[in-house]
Amino acid sequence: MLSPEARQRIESLKTVYETNQSALIPALHVAQADQGWLSEETQREVASILGLTAQAVRQVVTFYTMFQQKPVGRHLIQVCRNLSCSLLGGQKLQKQIQDKLGLEDGETTQDGRFTYLSVECLGSCGTAPVLMVNDRYYENVTPQQVDRLLEELK
Amino acid sequence: MLTATFEPVLTKTMQYPESHTLEVYRKHGGYEALAMALQKQPDEIIDMVKRSGLRGRGGAGFPTGTKWGFVPKSTDKPKYMCVNADESEPGAFKDRLICQKDPHQLLEGTLIGSYAIGANRAYIYIRGEFAHEARLLERAIEEARTAGFIGRNILGSSWSCEVTMYVGAGAYICGEETGLIESLEGKRGWPRLKPPFPAVVGLFGCPTVVNNVETLACVPHIVKLGWEWFSSIGPERNSGPKLYGLSGHVNRPGVFELPMGISLRELIDEHGGGVPGGRPVKGVIPGGASCPVLRGDEIDLPMDFDSLTRAGSLFGTGTPIVMDDTTCMVRAAWITARFFAHESCGQCTPCREGCGWMQRLLWKIETGEGEERDLDTLLSITDQIEGNTICALGDAAAWPTRGFAKKFREEFLQHITERRCPLGGGSLH
Repeated sequence: MLSPEARQRIESLKTVYETNQSALIPALHVAQADQGWLSEETQREVASILGLTAQAVRQVVTFYTMFQQKPVGRHLIQVCRNLSCSLLGGQKLQKQIQDKLGLEDGETTQDGRFTYLSVECLGSCGTAPVLMVNDRYYENVTPQQVDRLLEELK
Repeated sequence: MLTATFEPVLTKTMQYPESHTLEVYRKHGGYEALAMALQKQPDEIIDMVKRSGLRGRGGAGFPTGTKWGFVPKSTDKPKYMCVNADESEPGAFKDRLICQKDPHQLLEGTLIGSYAIGANRAYIYIRGEFAHEARLLERAIEEARTAGFIGRNILGSSWSCEVTMYVGAGAYICGEETGLIESLEGKRGWPRLKPPFPAVVGLFGCPTVVNNVETLACVPHIVKLGWEWFSSIGPERNSGPKLYGLSGHVNRPGVFELPMGISLRELIDEHGGGVPGGRPVKGVIPGGASCPVLRGDEIDLPMDFDSLTRAGSLFGTGTPIVMDDTTCMVRAAWITARFFAHESCGQCTPCREGCGWMQRLLWKIETGEGEERDLDTLLSITDQIEGNTICALGDAAAWPTRGFAKKFREEFLQHITERRCPLGGGSLH
């Protein structure tokens, strides 16, 4: 169940955007921040608040990569796999993180601490290689920094 | 040299601390252009932008003033300005800098553009990953509203305008203008068939202009310094200052504000400090992943729309990715093809199926399993995709694959005859 605060925020988005459907993507961001991911139940709740069909919501959830359709760890680690990052060690960075956490792409550690994803360009090519933890960027990342970072993120 | 007398304008305020705040922006002349614009008729602004020669900085290079001029004057429908901050083209990271360091410059350009086309509402569509930049823009909007630059009767005029943030959720295709509009309407970012063009039938079926961040950031300077100033910078039909984003194998990657038409070699060697270790440049993707690769011996050319088209590539967003001689071009092609396969929205069969097919063939060649006929198939797929899709993503996927396969044919063949990647362990591994 969405928290009362999240429901309230989604309600208020109806007045910000011109149609209820155009409030959908902002509403899904609110719901995901509240629940950690978008279960079918959460999707139905969002649909009901905005007066949309469950299908209209599902279509959107399944299209956009940032909407999570299964639970993710407390720390969602996304590493860029595109060209500029790969030229400067991005592939090695991916392998280092995956080896350390023992995760395949898209998997979550059993303790629910980390989820690992390799992703397309994060729009930070001048400070490659780049990774994100939740909504924070880490730029010009070195192997030493990664080791430290994974220790620090509890 | 072109750069000797050039003075940066787009990045000028960014050198000061707290450049993202209204206070600092105004201290350096911010929002003076908006006041000047509101003293003029909207048509005069459109005319100025036309005369300046400003071409869209999001990749296509369409003349901005002409785009604004397509918006119908006599209509009962509301009109919309949409800012495209969905910067997702591999290699491009210049719009993010504006959002981060000078969001008010973007807002001022957005407001002037909205006034020019007669819009009372603007949306800033920013990619979801740029959460930090979205927060900075949200704060800038609040500051501008409090100061009377956004809202009702702006600066005492009869014109009102609201600016609303819209945070995307991860999809390169939403940088395509009709994909962006669909996404703003709360749907999948599926590009629309054109015509009708957004200027006539856009957001919610109303006249809409979609402009790139850097494009709009140029507008206050055109209003303030004059179209003559803008058009005097850079080559004819390719005027103005430009934010070049340089990445890959260079000593000083980053964003550089320089005139349009600067030599690609000068950009890499002088501004980017050359290739680390003095290694040779093997290839450069001049303007983002959709632009066909140039060989290292082809980079003595001006960075502008027309010159790069003549050279068989594209200017795109003006953001070169530099690759030295340790880079495997088959693997670079595969990474690029994988990107487009991942980002194809799936509407059109040639793109949906073709992108995945190209990716698989490239991987086959890269891993030593390829045959010579795979190379012919690869080129044939690019021909089948090009021009056969609703939007330009299909073309954007076909061109780089074709570019790599043609420009580095020997290296592709070497993978096939040696049955392995001759550069195994190169920079992309």
